[in-house]
Amino acid sequence: MRVDVNAFLGAYPFRRVPGTSPGGLLQAMDRVGIDEAWVSHLPSLFWRAPGEGIAWLYETTARERRLRPVPALHPGLAGWDQALGQAVDRGAPAVRCDPTYYGLEPAGPEMRMLVAACGAARLPLMMAVRLEDARQRHPGDRAAELPAAALRALVRSDPDARLLITHADRAFIEEVHFGSTPAEAARLWWDISWIWGPPEDHLETLLATVGVARFVFGTGQPLRIPEASVAKLELLDLAADARAALESGNARAGLSS
Amino acid sequence: MRAATPPRAVRLTVVPSALGRQAFAVATSWATREIPAMLIDVHAHFYHDRTPRADWRERNASRLRAGAKIGITIHVASVLGSYGRTSPTYFPSPPDLEYGNAALLALEHEHPDRIRGYVTVNPNYTAHALAEIARGLAAGMIGIKLAASRRASDPLLDPICELAGRRGVPVLHHVWQHRRHDWPGQEASDAVELCTLAARHPGVRFILGHLGGGGDWQHSLAALATAPNVSVDVSGSGVDGGMLEACLAAVGAGRVVWGSDLTMDTGWAKLRYLAHLLGPAEREQVRWKNAADLFPPGAFPAD
Repeated sequence: MRVDVNAFLGAYPFRRVPGTSPGGLLQAMDRVGIDEAWVSHLPSLFWRAPGEGIAWLYETTARERRLRPVPALHPGLAGWDQALGQAVDRGAPAVRCDPTYYGLEPAGPEMRMLVAACGAARLPLMMAVRLEDARQRHPGDRAAELPAAALRALVRSDPDARLLITHADRAFIEEVHFGSTPAEAARLWWDISWIWGPPEDHLETLLATVGVARFVFGTGQPLRIPEASVAKLELLDLAADARAALESGNARAGLSS
Repeated sequence: MRAATPPRAVRLTVVPSALGRQAFAVATSWATREIPAMLIDVHAHFYHDRTPRADWRERNASRLRAGAKIGITIHVASVLGSYGRTSPTYFPSPPDLEYGNAALLALEHEHPDRIRGYVTVNPNYTAHALAEIARGLAAGMIGIKLAASRRASDPLLDPICELAGRRGVPVLHHVWQHRRHDWPGQEASDAVELCTLAARHPGVRFILGHLGGGGDWQHSLAALATAPNVSVDVSGSGVDGGMLEACLAAVGAGRVVWGSDLTMDTGWAKLRYLAHLLGPAEREQVRWKNAADLFPPGAFPAD
């Protein structure tokens, strides 16, 4: 069983990306052996009113049991709390907010309010550190990357908050993990999509130092080819139970409980 | 036009092995022997004891270990001087270049069946660069690595390229895909600048380094359309959806070579994705045949 917690549907505004339709995503999942994907509506990360993408996301994922919806919320706009309630009702595995794309302070009052509400609703909040390598971003793509300091502040801001962070590299993960108490760090999960494998062996190092329990399988597809996350796993010498935890167990037990 | 290369004396054909995996038989006029499926990594790096990396042995071992899992037959590697310890990575001093190239040659001698080397030089030291290339090639190195010590379009690169042409070895050039400004620590070049150099040396084969290594690869692909003597190495940490499709559309499978650079997981991912995009013959081109055509005859075991 392999669960991809980090997948998207819909067009990317800064370049043409193949495979952004539900059918395209399912084909890619079949190609690399992904059983289930947690999907966000990619345009919603950029729209002024991301709530306008939620209905489409629910309709689409309702038609395909392998896709689970991760709706994007904007805590600066009225109605976000109802959208959060709807996500609970719909059985969404998480909700997401990428504050810098919405012009929000990453650890500002709106985000703290959202984190607290997600904690109360027992729903993980997903955030991406980045979507693309900073060196290649479109000149018009100017939103800042998620700062590690903001993430430390958010996880401290509510004792029930559970945060799922995607597209983080080794340095970012270490800064936040070891900059948090063990109790805080236990409420953070990291997807492996941006962590380097051999010969630097960042993923192997993090699994040993931060612990397997904190990591989940994610790809960032279709912006990134999903083969990369699969290759990372296959280059590790992981025990079967650790691999199962990484590929699906942590997402199901830790994040979905 | 690609520089004229002697026709290969050896042709490979796919045969099923006893293990059910693809293997290759070398069909020659005198014998047939089975060898593993070829995969050439044209963009690898190794470290040595005079770099800032205390873990240099582990990193080298990790590359070889991962290479064995991926099925890399030959790592064609470079060492960028002291990687910043006694001179900057992209502006290496002559003594650091000599030490780094010697360390790579020592590794090649330790693993003669797995490692080949590029001679890394700094074009700002013309006489040293030419002497170092001669020394490295005489010792068995098979190409020239230019990183970011001098802009690719600069005339100082001409004597190096002339020597590459005379010796029949390719030039792997570090490229920042669409360099919009200068970046600290390197005098990086982009594809337009590399293609300017390549146009001055139509008989030399160039490899544009790490298409996935940072920057706007679409800018590079547009520039490559009119540079037939520049091949594209798809290495780098970038695994953007659509990048490989665009690369194949821009230059065709005949000008794509496979490599890993600093992240072998992403290299393996792109290799797997290419297998999904290409037919069997084109896969073999990208896996090794294109590389074998770029390097001198006899550079690899199948030659």
